[in-house]
Amino acid sequence: MSDKQETSGSKGRGALSLQSIFRRPDAGAAAGFFVILVFFGYFGAENNFLTALGTSTWLNFASKVGIVAIPVGFLMIAGEMDISIGALIPAGGIVLAMAVNQFGMNFWLACALSLGIAGAIGAINGFLVTRSKVPSLIVTLATLFVVAGLNSYVSKQLAGTTQHSLQDVGPVSEFVLGDYHTLAFGAEGAQIVLFQSLQSSFFIWIAFAVVCFFILHMSPWGNWIIAMGGDQQSARNAGIPTGPLKIVLFVLSAMAAALVGISEAVLANTASTTTQFGMIFNSIICVVVGGVLLTGGFGTVTGIVFGTLTFGIVFQGINFTTFDKDLNLLFIGALLLIAVLMNETFRRMATNWSATKKS
Amino acid sequence: MSDKAPILALRGVNKSFGPIDVLHDINIEVRAGEVLCLLGDNGAGKSTLIKLMSGVHQPTSGKIEMDGAVVALPTPRAASEKGIATVHQFGGTFPLMSIGRSFFVGVEPTKGWGPFKVYDRKTANEIAVKAVQDFGITRIDDGDRLVGGLSGGERQSLAIARAVHFGARVLILDEPTAALGVKQAAHVLRIVNEAKRRGLAVIFITHQVMHAMAVGDHFAVLIRGAIAADFKKGERTREEITDLMAGGETMAGLEASIEGYMADHAGHPPPAV
Ligand SMILES: Nc1ncnc2c1ncn2[C@@H]1O[C@H](COP(=O)(O)OP(=O)(O)OP(=O)(O)O)[C@@H](O)[C@H]1O
Ligand SMILES: [Mg+2]
Repeated sequence: MSDKQETSGSKGRGALSLQSIFRRPDAGAAAGFFVILVFFGYFGAENNFLTALGTSTWLNFASKVGIVAIPVGFLMIAGEMDISIGALIPAGGIVLAMAVNQFGMNFWLACALSLGIAGAIGAINGFLVTRSKVPSLIVTLATLFVVAGLNSYVSKQLAGTTQHSLQDVGPVSEFVLGDYHTLAFGAEGAQIVLFQSLQSSFFIWIAFAVVCFFILHMSPWGNWIIAMGGDQQSARNAGIPTGPLKIVLFVLSAMAAALVGISEAVLANTASTTTQFGMIFNSIICVVVGGVLLTGGFGTVTGIVFGTLTFGIVFQGINFTTFDKDLNLLFIGALLLIAVLMNETFRRMATNWSATKKS
Repeated sequence: MSDKAPILALRGVNKSFGPIDVLHDINIEVRAGEVLCLLGDNGAGKSTLIKLMSGVHQPTSGKIEMDGAVVALPTPRAASEKGIATVHQFGGTFPLMSIGRSFFVGVEPTKGWGPFKVYDRKTANEIAVKAVQDFGITRIDDGDRLVGGLSGGERQSLAIARAVHFGARVLILDEPTAALGVKQAAHVLRIVNEAKRRGLAVIFITHQVMHAMAVGDHFAVLIRGAIAADFKKGERTREEITDLMAGGETMAGLEASIEGYMADHAGHPPPAV
């Protein structure tokens, strides 16, 4: 009885209790981001890290990982993994380039084709995972290599090269998918630069993040994704179509990967078949640093976005400092380790909450 | 006991997994407002039996009847649509979800329209908290709390309240008190009584005779897959039930043989086998 009064008395909405921090674990990812920002802001100030141009350096880098990291994060929340994205990114670019060059296809149609093929591969991933019950890590490892092989084989067969050029796709396509954007106010000399040389992929990333935030945190589907990763059996018994939902998530991550490939190809005017193994690790790091539990059942879009920003700064920021460039990977490793330990602590504390609260 | 027709009944049910016969000729029935306790040693087949009733497994032969009519329960979904709800040992809930969200998993209340329907957190929390409090768990007053932060008993209660809220008529509880301390278990037993008072048919599985006797109206003891005894409240003593669960060998006999061994061996207990 007295116990009850004590809990309701101390509850107060919005009070900064320990419990309320648990409910906003993305606050941890945000705090981590600001610490890293201040750190590199200080050590990189002399090399223009904090200028609009300097900021664009890591934002541009982050945006590409970020577009893939969100759906990969969704999959991780649902208890799955997708590493085939490493081959789907180049696939997105070369399918577009070949459709335009070899088959004279309309640019937008070619984009749709590229996304469609990626989506089909994602559906195959999802289908194999839900049907065979083989861990998604292994299934997508297999498709990673299959698609990587197809990328070079088909490229050479159809175009005789693994390096495709993609010229003159038109101003609108470039503006939307792959260009540098600058926004500044005021007269020459006394300009206020809002952003400078920010790639289209950054804006795509932010728009995508907003949509994904709505899906995960506001629509009922988000609840389904989280429930599926929390306890698949219970989720199915509660009437959630876990199989189809998982397939949709694999399709989403595959299409997001292809979108990154398309954007890169339009920006660079070339598309290559080189498999992006780095992106596999990078996206997973962003997701984990963003507070998503490796075991599934928990995660936020805001967290993933902050995790990606943090990763972007650490990865690119070192170039602005006087530190040895070789330390960059060490920093990322340390960052990942800290994030994983924090996530685990969070999980333990959140699930032991009543045990620690009761005196 | 009562002349009411049973809600759920098993008639001559057998179950084998390939060559392994797990259940033989099971006949049980539950009525509204009645608690049937299923007792039995490890491996007796209790879990298998309830999996037949909750649509996880299909009987090899025999019939399952609801309200007197033969039914098929091909999936857990089908069973829950017919009003058979199963609560597993850990509540079958999602540790890192809020109480409100986990209460409504799969049937989230929404507001807004079309593709912009959003999950209605406030309504969900209010309904969930009210449903749990109606069961006497007044300590749960905040629907945003994470399920993982609840005690084992509270989690069980939440799962039971959820089943009742969504219209369950038969509540199957697989060892709900197994992992709980004395106070927590008492808590769950109160909830079971409340569910019974509301007219649910409850099937309660347990190893603990004390817990069974606290809530049971009707008892069935399973030994190696067959119903060895079937009796009503007050027809057997605790000792008799314990002996039955031990597989017929009486506890008293066991104690006598241990004492005899100790007398012969200078007070040493017999070595573990
Ligand atoms: N899928 C299966 N395939 C083969 N044998 C099974 C299967 N499921 C259960 N069994 C066997 O059926 C018997 C009864 O198991 P069950 O889980 O129903 O026992 P229980 O009474 O619930 O035991 P406990 O008290 O330990 O939970 C056991 O011998 C078990 O090995
Ligand atoms: Mg069992």
